[in-house]
Amino acid sequence: MEPIIKTEKLRFEYTNQEEQQIAALRDINLEINKGEFIVIIGHNGSGKSTLAKHINAILKPSAGVIWVKGMDTRDDDKVWDIRQTAGMVFQNPDNQLVATIVEEDVAFGPENLAIPPEEIRKRIKEALEKVGMESYAKSAPHYLSGGQKQRVAIAGIIAMKPEIIVLDEPTAMLDPSGRREVMETIHYLNKQEGITVVHITHYMEEAIDADRVIVMEKGKVVMQGKPRDIFTKVEQLKALGLDVPQMAELAYELRKEGLDISPDVMTVEEMVNSLCQ
Amino acid sequence: MPIKIENLTHIYMQGTPFEATALQNINLEIDDGEFVGLIGHTGSGKSTLIQHLNGLLKPTSGTITVNDIRIDKDSRNLKEVRRQVGLVFQYPEHQLFEETVYQDIAFGPRNLGLSAEEIDVRVKEAMALVGLDFDSLKDRSPFELSGGQRRRVAIAGVIAMKPKILILDEPTAGLDPRGRDEILGQIKEFHERYGITVILVSHSMEDVARLVNKIIVMNRGRVALYGTPEEVFRHADELEEMGLGIPQITRLMRMLRERGIDVPDDVFTIERAKEVILEKLKGGKVNA
Amino acid sequence: MLKDITLGQYFPGQSFVHLLDPRIKIIITFLFVILIFFVKTYLGYGMVFLFLVAVIAISKIPPKYVLKGLKPLLFIIILTFILNVFFTSGETVIWSLGRVKVTQEGLRQGIFMAFRLILLVTGTSMLTLTTSPIDLTDGIESLLKPLKIIRFPVHELAMMMTIALRFIPTLLEETDKIMKAQMARGADFESGNIIQRAKALVPLLVPLFISAFRRADELAMAMEARCYRGGDNRTRMKVLKTHPRDYIALLCTLVLMIIIIWDSYL
Repeated sequence: MEPIIKTEKLRFEYTNQEEQQIAALRDINLEINKGEFIVIIGHNGSGKSTLAKHINAILKPSAGVIWVKGMDTRDDDKVWDIRQTAGMVFQNPDNQLVATIVEEDVAFGPENLAIPPEEIRKRIKEALEKVGMESYAKSAPHYLSGGQKQRVAIAGIIAMKPEIIVLDEPTAMLDPSGRREVMETIHYLNKQEGITVVHITHYMEEAIDADRVIVMEKGKVVMQGKPRDIFTKVEQLKALGLDVPQMAELAYELRKEGLDISPDVMTVEEMVNSLCQ
Repeated sequence: MPIKIENLTHIYMQGTPFEATALQNINLEIDDGEFVGLIGHTGSGKSTLIQHLNGLLKPTSGTITVNDIRIDKDSRNLKEVRRQVGLVFQYPEHQLFEETVYQDIAFGPRNLGLSAEEIDVRVKEAMALVGLDFDSLKDRSPFELSGGQRRRVAIAGVIAMKPKILILDEPTAGLDPRGRDEILGQIKEFHERYGITVILVSHSMEDVARLVNKIIVMNRGRVALYGTPEEVFRHADELEEMGLGIPQITRLMRMLRERGIDVPDDVFTIERAKEVILEKLKGGKVNA
Repeated sequence: MLKDITLGQYFPGQSFVHLLDPRIKIIITFLFVILIFFVKTYLGYGMVFLFLVAVIAISKIPPKYVLKGLKPLLFIIILTFILNVFFTSGETVIWSLGRVKVTQEGLRQGIFMAFRLILLVTGTSMLTLTTSPIDLTDGIESLLKPLKIIRFPVHELAMMMTIALRFIPTLLEETDKIMKAQMARGADFESGNIIQRAKALVPLLVPLFISAFRRADELAMAMEARCYRGGDNRTRMKVLKTHPRDYIALLCTLVLMIIIIWDSYL
């Protein structure tokens, strides 16, 4: 099957304040399949966010191509189709909600797509149910917690019936319970609705359940694979200034000392089982 | 001189329909030179509490005594307490306003009425502490710097006031792992070098467990738990109930004990856990 | 605290007045304002007053709450009264002290003018009290629609109003936070003369502006990502629909208008 997102030698350059040419993305070749749950990690400035904005055609490649569901983002006629296909959720929950009432905000996307009013109502109801915010339909966003605001932002995207959701560090500004809410929501959407998820984060724990982890550094994809394969490469990740889930790191340390711990331990339960076999 | 909080209660908008009790009868004592972690989820009263410690908020009832300065609901002159207690807010880089890094860091010391020479010394010192190069950065606009650097400028601006007590509200929020480790390392160094009291507000049990020697857990406007990390993390179920949880390593140790392996309950870091496990399991696996 | 300021002071409810179409409410308010300036007789004032009392009663908003809105304007109302009392020329002197005299005409004029102001403020505040800001914006957008022909940016104006309403609480909260952060660094916003105070605002205003621009930038990107491309080819979830009650309300107002104009001019 044709991958839903495909990049070929995707390159993005910009000029900074000192007039230097900076390459934020360097010849990225990537394929993401429909229904995959992808987590992208990498430290600030590694190009994760720039890549994410290409999926939504907010940024256009300087060279190379990115296809979203077969559509080339350089094709100006396709921009709105691409944005409808690949919705995007941003880091700061406050700066992406437009309206003063939750349901009005969720309606914003469908309104832009010129959906008839009755259909919009139906979609809002569905979208808010999917993120578990239906009882807040008439609330004002500034009375909600960070996690709730992000769920409203996600509902706003869901209401546009996308096939892909790109989330650019949606949990960075949240507390642990908010983070949990958001992660549960996006896992639900991926599993139950079959939506392809591209999730960017600094929290390695959020990557454990992904189908695939992509590690970026200096505008390049330096590692990719199943979480269990990536997180056993403790030294490499540390060298990149990244975290390793604590149990994976402990397992790695213990293996170095000669203990027979299975290489794919990532959670506390797995560690206990491995130690007490 | 320690911090002493007695019967502190704070009610927002008292006498209106929007009345809300943010703090309820808080009693706390924090000794000099301690490194205290303050945890609790959003809305637990953490922010309200720390704003009382330097007089930004006044109690509805009760008192706070910081280095012999008493704050109660009628307190007027709070400049002295603000000089003693430095407060770094969440996302402090959003409060930068000066044209150069130097000027911004000097803002606090200037408000203290220090001499130009003294200010100069302090700016240099503060920049060194947060790992910013003085010569190359002092004349740059703070707004040209990266997010992580801007945050350090803001922290330096508070450190340059040489507070006796430094409070940081989630200083690592939104940073990547490297930035987080650097800033936490610098705070630890600052604490050790100057022996001042540090209060660190954090959501990360792992970070708190690694750094502090006392933990305050806030829940619904009250102090739910207060003690050393060992003491606090023993209350795993209560913490879980408050939606907070315990560090993963501590959870691992607990589960191992449940399986009958005799490991101590004061293990929070990977290094310690490794030693303990190796000691117990030397020569292969044990059957529990 | 700053964020406690209630802007627009919408008083939520489900009364007949609350449920009226915002467009009709705006039109009625407009007619009401015009009406106030036509009234000349005691009977006329009496009727306008009764009309307003009826509206307040139907809206079920406590009269005390409505009158609270007059407080900030009390000074202007009193001033209007005094100026009219002393500076209206008239024949029938009631009271005099040297060259200062109060005439019957002046007193009458003063009372009328003050009363007119009170009616005006209370009447217009009934609109904002019973209409949520978002309905108000929708109403204005819908009423201004004909101006599109002369290329007046109706949709853009409405969108700006919505975004402003959305961000007022956020920015107030932010102001509060930055103010506290600078106070923690020894800034003093409370003492000193005017120039010192104005200067003290720099550490507050600079970060606030920078943050507002950053938010604007991010919001614009988020809106574009959600396929926003201006007002053309856009639908609305909420379609304003008039009900029989709207026509009843409008009819009542028109009848009142005709009676008053009849009474005052014919």
